[in-house]
Amino acid sequence: MGKLIVHQDKVTDINAMISICPFNALEEKDGKLEVNAGCKLCKLCVKKGQPGAMEYVEEEVKTVDKSLWNGITVYVDHVNGEIHPVTFELLGKAGELAKKINHPVYAIFIGSGIEKKAEELLHYGVDKVFVVDAPELKEFQMESYTAAFEAFVNEIKPSAILVGATPVGRQLAPRVASRFNTGLTADCTILDIHENTDLVQIRPAFGGNIMAEILTPNSRPQLATVRYKIMDAPERSAEAKGEIVKISVPAEKLKTRTQVLGITQKQKEKSIENADILVVAGRGLKKKEDLDLVRELADALGGDIACTRPLAEAGWLDAKHQIGLSGRTVRPRLIITCGVSGAIQFVAGMNNSDNIFAINTDPNASIFKVANYAVIGDIYEVIPKLIEQVKQGKGVKA
Amino acid sequence: MEILVCIKQVPGSNKVEVDPVTGVLKRNGADSKMNPYDLYALECGLKLKEQYGGRVSVITMGPPQAQAIIKEAYAMGADAGAIVSDRAFGGADVLATAHTLAQGIKKFGKFDIILCGLQTTDGDTAQVGPEVSEQLDIPCVCNVKEIKGVEGDNILVDMEMAQDIEHLKVSFPCLITVQKDIVQPRLPSYLKKKDTEDREIVMYTLKDMEDQNKNNYGLNGSATQVQRIFPPTSDKVQVTWDDPADVLAEKIYSTIKSRKLLG
Ligand SMILES: Cc1cc2nc3c(=O)[nH]c(=O)nc-3n(C[C@H](O)[C@H](O)[C@H](O)COP(=O)(O)OP(=O)(O)OC[C@H]3O[C@@H](n4cnc5c(N)ncnc54)[C@H](O)[C@@H]3O)c2cc1C
Ligand SMILES: Cc1cc2nc3c(=O)[nH]c(=O)nc-3n(C[C@H](O)[C@H](O)[C@H](O)COP(=O)(O)OP(=O)(O)OC[C@H]3O[C@@H](n4cnc5c(N)ncnc54)[C@H](O)[C@@H]3O)c2cc1C
Ligand code: SF4
Repeated sequence: MGKLIVHQDKVTDINAMISICPFNALEEKDGKLEVNAGCKLCKLCVKKGQPGAMEYVEEEVKTVDKSLWNGITVYVDHVNGEIHPVTFELLGKAGELAKKINHPVYAIFIGSGIEKKAEELLHYGVDKVFVVDAPELKEFQMESYTAAFEAFVNEIKPSAILVGATPVGRQLAPRVASRFNTGLTADCTILDIHENTDLVQIRPAFGGNIMAEILTPNSRPQLATVRYKIMDAPERSAEAKGEIVKISVPAEKLKTRTQVLGITQKQKEKSIENADILVVAGRGLKKKEDLDLVRELADALGGDIACTRPLAEAGWLDAKHQIGLSGRTVRPRLIITCGVSGAIQFVAGMNNSDNIFAINTDPNASIFKVANYAVIGDIYEVIPKLIEQVKQGKGVKA
Repeated sequence: MEILVCIKQVPGSNKVEVDPVTGVLKRNGADSKMNPYDLYALECGLKLKEQYGGRVSVITMGPPQAQAIIKEAYAMGADAGAIVSDRAFGGADVLATAHTLAQGIKKFGKFDIILCGLQTTDGDTAQVGPEVSEQLDIPCVCNVKEIKGVEGDNILVDMEMAQDIEHLKVSFPCLITVQKDIVQPRLPSYLKKKDTEDREIVMYTLKDMEDQNKNNYGLNGSATQVQRIFPPTSDKVQVTWDDPADVLAEKIYSTIKSRKLLG
């Protein structure tokens, strides 16, 4: 917290100063150097500018008594009581963090007719599961869920709250954070905790091109959202530990200005966006029938088939299977591209995949720049052998 | 019907690099553009107006240069625009951004529907919409994949959830964040651009706001603090295999197996 002061007498070269600021926040006005609203207080001009020209002064900060806020809480994401697996992953993380600062682990479970389901959570190292169970909470509505959450925060005063970055979590968490005038860090990939209970939140921004480390040092509770499959879920313990505590919220607090008219199940089609394993067909395939080869490999690996745009355009596969800028963005744990050149429009849709294998005959194919495993070979020779290997490995006769 | 669309100016490309020594963002090229996700929100606003009548206004918080995206919105068909800009607003996180925008919105007018993009391409939090709705104390629905229509003082929307679609009726005033691809945004029109060249852009600074406490804005009003930024470290393997087909197949398989990647 602080502000920037310009000492005009120390400014020897205005244009040189202006060019330092990466945010175009420095400008000249009537021969004077001025800071405009674009300033991000990155302090680069202080460090790199003409000596003494820019000064950064700390301002008084509001503080909070952190010792009054206790416990690492996980929001239980669910649909009709079916708990989303991100919840267990977060409980694992919450356990680690809580241990470091000697705090309890809590879960907050909001819904209707969920009390029985809460018992499952007791197998994942939670000290207390707080349950807000009311008929008004049957479907997710932002206002009623926020009211329930608010009651929990007011009563328990947790130090930190971890929320799965699901469609519900991503809209509920900001509304709650705003109600308590506190910070929320989006899509954290790494979480740690300081001794003073400040949560260290690390997240990607700018489409993953940079990482930012973020603290919420002067307010409580601290909120963070975390995507599914980032943290590791702990083993389910056989015995149940911890207790279930009910929190009741007066019905009039659960009123909303939205009305749920109905719910439609989404078509349960397997989408490549959620796939863990993908085998991608490119124009290296000579004819449509050869897709069977790629499909067989996908089946053997327990994955799905995807393709580049030319194949979708030719009608070999439905557009739903197309990866890329004008197709789907995928992030599987394993992706094997077969005869794909690696055009940037394709790569944009898959470069965040965890393990990229690329099979291509051309050693200079651009796909090899993003591949973790660049396999220089002919798909018509490699794939059949690979299918054989996989099947043998599974004990199935090839 | 009064419709407001929140739009943000973002860097032209998100290919940023971090200076490893200073830890400061290096932006390649100073060009900037309207957040692509906001084009969908704006298009939804324009469509609603075409269907039900009314006005479409836009608002942005940012440096004075951000007026450029208001002009762009005019060229697409927006009727009025405001920019919320002040040195005191710099360095804002979502909390402070939402507070500032909410203050600006209150000043700007009374709106039935406020539309936001799902997220931005720079900060990328998707949090500003719901936080603004809280500051204004109005209902909010995010992740909207379809706007079904307007019925009296309500809007009917489909919200996409993990496994299903929730059909909601939301009473005015309300805030809605729309998904990418909900509609196809129109292109700016040259004629409209010419026509709106001199159209006013309202400017609000701190002194126009109802809340005059400087500590609720900008860096001071931010609850989160970026401690440092750094390039993503990659522990990624990069190997090249150039062997006969059976050796390649064997290498692929054993790697997949040892890395526990099998389904
Ligand atoms: C605006 C725009 C948006 C686009 N969006 C997308 C998108 O969303 N998704 C997308 O995929 N594309 C998209 N494209 C198209 C993109 O630019 C490429 O044209 C496309 O990705 C190429 O597909 P490909 O790799 O299958 O084919 P090619 O580029 O033709 O590559 C075929 C590759 O197969 C290799 N090969 C040939 N025979 C064999 C063999 N026997 N064994 C092994 N390898 C072999 C070749 O060496 C070559 O590298 C877009 C383009 C534009 C302009
Ligand atoms: C690397 C980095 C990481 C960051 N991480 C966090 C974080 O975790 N938590 C946090 O609180 N802040 C964070 N910030 C700050 C945050 O990006 C800014 O506060 C920004 O003002 C708002 O967020 P956004 O870009 O994520 O917008 P989003 O919430 O993604 O935007 C959603 C929609 O809100 C509207 N909108 C957003 N900004 C404006 C605006 N200025 N004017 C008009 N409409 C707007 C648009 O309709 C937009 O489509 C981070 C900033 C950086 C540089
Ligand atoms: S602190 Fe950073 S953003 Fe602000 S004027 Fe200096 S260089 Fe520019």
